[in-house]
Amino acid sequence: MRLSDKTKEVLLGPLSQNNPVIVQVLGICSALAVTVQLEPAIVMGLAVTIIVAMSNVVISLLRNTIPMRIRIIVQLVVVAALVTVVSEVLKAFAYDVSVQLSVYIGLIITNCILMGRLEAFAMSNKPWDSLLDGLGNGVGYALILIIVAFFRELFGSGTLFGMRVIPECFYDWGYANNGLMIMPPMALILVGCIIWAHRAKNKDLQEK
Amino acid sequence: MSQEKKKLNTDSNAYTIVYAAVMVVIVALLLALTSSALKKRQDDNIALDKKKQILRALNVNLDGQDAAALYEQYVTAAQLVKIDGTVVSEDRDVAFGVDVAKENAKPETERQLPIYFATIDGQQKYVLPLRGAGLWGPIWGYVALNDDKQTIFGVDFSHESETPGLGGEITKEFFTTRFKGKTLYASGENAVEVVKSNANDQQVDAISGATFTSNGVRDMFNSSLKQYVIFLGGISEGSTVEANDTADSTEGAIDSEATQVMPCCNAATAEIAEEASND
Repeated sequence: MRLSDKTKEVLLGPLSQNNPVIVQVLGICSALAVTVQLEPAIVMGLAVTIIVAMSNVVISLLRNTIPMRIRIIVQLVVVAALVTVVSEVLKAFAYDVSVQLSVYIGLIITNCILMGRLEAFAMSNKPWDSLLDGLGNGVGYALILIIVAFFRELFGSGTLFGMRVIPECFYDWGYANNGLMIMPPMALILVGCIIWAHRAKNKDLQEK
Repeated sequence: MSQEKKKLNTDSNAYTIVYAAVMVVIVALLLALTSSALKKRQDDNIALDKKKQILRALNVNLDGQDAAALYEQYVTAAQLVKIDGTVVSEDRDVAFGVDVAKENAKPETERQLPIYFATIDGQQKYVLPLRGAGLWGPIWGYVALNDDKQTIFGVDFSHESETPGLGGEITKEFFTTRFKGKTLYASGENAVEVVKSNANDQQVDAISGATFTSNGVRDMFNSSLKQYVIFLGGISEGSTVEANDTADSTEGAIDSEATQVMPCCNAATAEIAEEASND
């Protein structure tokens, strides 16, 4: 299938030019909480992508019927209901996954990207575009999480995916893991560095 | 999308109220249906997971194995005991079905807690349940003891909502193996010492960045094992006095880290602040 320009922008824009974390600055809280290691960061990115895409579609289908004054409540109910159903289904059919996800499920509901995309996009666009927008933003979010988690796990614990990549002999020569990397403030600093590099490359994003 | 729907006045009070009411009913129905349709499967999964936890505490390799069958094979018996040592039930299934969390909510003298008896390579092992508080919610697990009732054969931990990558790491093997071979009440103060650095051969190295959860694990051993004082002291006479002393001095402050539920992004932010201030 060939993608039209608009579809392309909706799907691929959030990866860089309109990235939810580093341009829209949404979902920062969870980006700090789950990026100590790569694995949880990927799981979280995946979970958010699926839920954003699904709730975007539901809200987009309902968009013409939703009363304006209670739209935020309707969005919240849809998100909460979807997350609950998904978590119940996981508990029944993929128990190990649900144990691994444990706290993420709750964190997904609090993720600002969800409300942000529902309000900014799904309320005024067709279901297919909303699905793409949800996927794009979810992947854009996951991308930043993975970059941050990569550096935090590598320099904080000397591992990637829990496997040692910095050889033991480095430690014998006096190399030490950077304890600050494990702390959440370092995630903020890393996100700041990513924003810096990103804006240096994309001059049109720089504020005047 | 649909032309006729746009004619509807979606801003009128009546429409808003009806919309909200219908939405709530539909969502409630949906959630109730999902929950009741999946309840049986979920309960089975939870029981199976419990068996897996007990087997992991016994260092049984579960890869690609049928956990339920292994459980039948290794865990030969179980008892329900009270804190004064009276055996309430000898039925393995009754003991297995006990909800330790609910028992812990009762007054100490009314609690009925399970002891699992297992045979690994011809050796008698005892498995005791643990339950305590982490930073954000309950943590629990199982400790398997050798037949001297003093040496830890293996442990397994689970948690409900500890921070992934920090407190959530207590479930990982790198942490649980640190408990193997440790002697209970070696220092006389805590059942197991979980320390920040320079652990000696009887102490367990804590997880950096997760001090609250690591302390929670230590307190969980104290508060859970003191309920088995009679059982633990029964065989090796020398340890009876020691164990009793420790039971008295164990702090009852396990519930002080109340689980907080905070709305929206604050939960995540506060979590970060908490975890950051831990070290």
